[in-house]
Amino acid sequence: MSMASTREITFVQALNEALDYAMSVDKRVVIMGEDVGVYGGVFGVTMGLYDKYGPERVRDTPIAESGFIGAAVGAAMMGLKPVAELMFIDFLGVAFDQIYNQAAKLRYMTGGKVKIPMVLRTVCGAGIQAAAQHSQSLHAIFIHVPGLKVVMPSTPYDAKGLLLTAILDEEDPVIFIEHKMLYGVRGPVPEGPYKIPFGVADVKREGKDVTVVATAWMVHKALEAAEKLANEGISVEVIDPRTLVPLDEGTILNSIRKTGRLVVVDEGYPRASFATDIAALAVSKAFEHLKAPVKLVTPPATPVPFSEALEREWIPSTEKVMKAIKDVYYFKKP
Amino acid sequence: MQIMAKLKRSKIRNIVMAQREELSKDKLMWMYETMVKIRLHENKAAELFAQGKIKGFVHLYVGEEAVATGVMAALKPGDVITGTHRSHGHYIAKGGDLKASFAELFGKRTGSNRGKGGSMHIANPSIGMLGANGMVGGGIPHAVGAALAFKLLGRDNVAVAFFGEGGSNQQNFHEAINLAAIWKLPVVFVCENNLYQISLHYSKQQLITSVAERGKAYGIPGVSVDGQDVLAVYETTKEAVDRARRGEGPTLIEAKTYRFRGHFEGDPQIYRSKDELEWWMNNKDPIKLFEKYLLERSIATREELDAVWKRVSNEVEEAVKFAEDSPYPEPEELYEDVFAKPTNGVLVWRWE
Repeated sequence: MSMASTREITFVQALNEALDYAMSVDKRVVIMGEDVGVYGGVFGVTMGLYDKYGPERVRDTPIAESGFIGAAVGAAMMGLKPVAELMFIDFLGVAFDQIYNQAAKLRYMTGGKVKIPMVLRTVCGAGIQAAAQHSQSLHAIFIHVPGLKVVMPSTPYDAKGLLLTAILDEEDPVIFIEHKMLYGVRGPVPEGPYKIPFGVADVKREGKDVTVVATAWMVHKALEAAEKLANEGISVEVIDPRTLVPLDEGTILNSIRKTGRLVVVDEGYPRASFATDIAALAVSKAFEHLKAPVKLVTPPATPVPFSEALEREWIPSTEKVMKAIKDVYYFKKP
Repeated sequence: MQIMAKLKRSKIRNIVMAQREELSKDKLMWMYETMVKIRLHENKAAELFAQGKIKGFVHLYVGEEAVATGVMAALKPGDVITGTHRSHGHYIAKGGDLKASFAELFGKRTGSNRGKGGSMHIANPSIGMLGANGMVGGGIPHAVGAALAFKLLGRDNVAVAFFGEGGSNQQNFHEAINLAAIWKLPVVFVCENNLYQISLHYSKQQLITSVAERGKAYGIPGVSVDGQDVLAVYETTKEAVDRARRGEGPTLIEAKTYRFRGHFEGDPQIYRSKDELEWWMNNKDPIKLFEKYLLERSIATREELDAVWKRVSNEVEEAVKFAEDSPYPEPEELYEDVFAKPTNGVLVWRWE
């Protein structure tokens, strides 16, 4: 991809380009969800696709998440490639059976005879005072269930490339999680199509002293912290796994072997989480390389509050990330 | 019993009587043999379960044979179905192989699902059986999605969703049926009302007296039919299937039926009387009723019918033998079929 064809666009535009391209090359790709048609999606991700591809392929649904996600499962079984949109990840509770007992397990339960090549796009994250039922980061729930692939991009470039892989190449159900604070983020994205393989982490910043593994919006917090700490002489490596299932454990473990120090920054709730998962990975597979305890930076074990003052406190801040990095960097064995 | 009396006076029954003569002997004998096949498969499964040879949860279809058989008789190749936790009958009527089903019940590698599904998940997509389902109502939206695929891919096929009256209280029933209605998809929703949601009687689940009434709420036809009368089920389904194929949208069919065995093997059945069960077995056994029909009209002789039982019985014995002789899956197969392909050489996450 030549640089000439690369320009700065937003995360939303990058996703839209991926959907548009996938629909243009594969007639089996069908979008369905609430307000994805004329309205273009509540965050504008499907904007213009209804006009371009029509109501048969861009399908507005009633507010019936279990029904339309279940229909996406059935459509995938019979040869379509549905891209369903769950408006907020917080709504997964009303549709979860179709995701974790149906989509995730049908291939396995049928001994490989049934295939579910579908993508479920959904929106996570705090930051706009959407309160407790529209702000959660529930990716750990999906990671927990065998049979689902879980994608969580942090940049417009990754968003487009990963979504194209999810729709065009994957033969399994993919949960594609978009953090709402990233939608307006701009970044360089090639005009043409490209795919980013699953299971390949991206080192967003190279460093030698501390490894920070971060996801989605937290990648940006980690990069800010790394930049600030560079002035203090601490060299921070920031790794974005990009796909949480499958996980590129090699890149993470190699970094830990190099730095000997690990901080995980994730917006999921603190326990039984992606952060604890990576901590477990580090202590079970790279214990001998660790020079300090693993530090986890996550929100507290509370629902997401509404008030700006409380929400700011709830979200892992750059300062909290910096503190964790310094804690592991300056840690001395007693 | 009142429900049945009402049904006997219904319009559907008369339509059926008028059309019955048009079916070929081959088709009628296929229906008979299919019902016998389901009956003997299920009786054998009960026996094997009692002997401890097959394990897990086993829900048998004895008594409900006419529903699966009548519905499947109205379908053509390429049409698909989604099932319930009680789906051996659907699988068999759709053309499922008995060797593969018994092997699956035994957890063998030669099973329909390579031993990974068992009774509640029996499937064979190559014959259009998309899968039984352990979640009540869970498969209903899949039929709607399959029908959407047919529509968008330009295929002249229909999808049938089976579920029970218990499942008709589930969100998936309401959401899926509404979706199929507004999108005018080629789906037939077949509710097997066997009167009990495990133990809770139908009269305590819903205030309406027929699940078919719910069709009206979604703007689609709802028809109730005697589920013990294979021809009535066939005719009713045929009409719904033709309508779906013409692009006129879905139909909801309620088949009034009854299970002759417990909810699952081992069910103490304290919720229903022996008298009630005996009444159904004596008066509404779908196989006996159809036998009477075939004999009275001289469509088949007693000898021909006996020959069917004998043939099927042998087939069942052979299938069980095949299943017993089949190998179990290898331990490494545990990790297969979670995903289509490995990533970085890894099939699934493992700590070691």
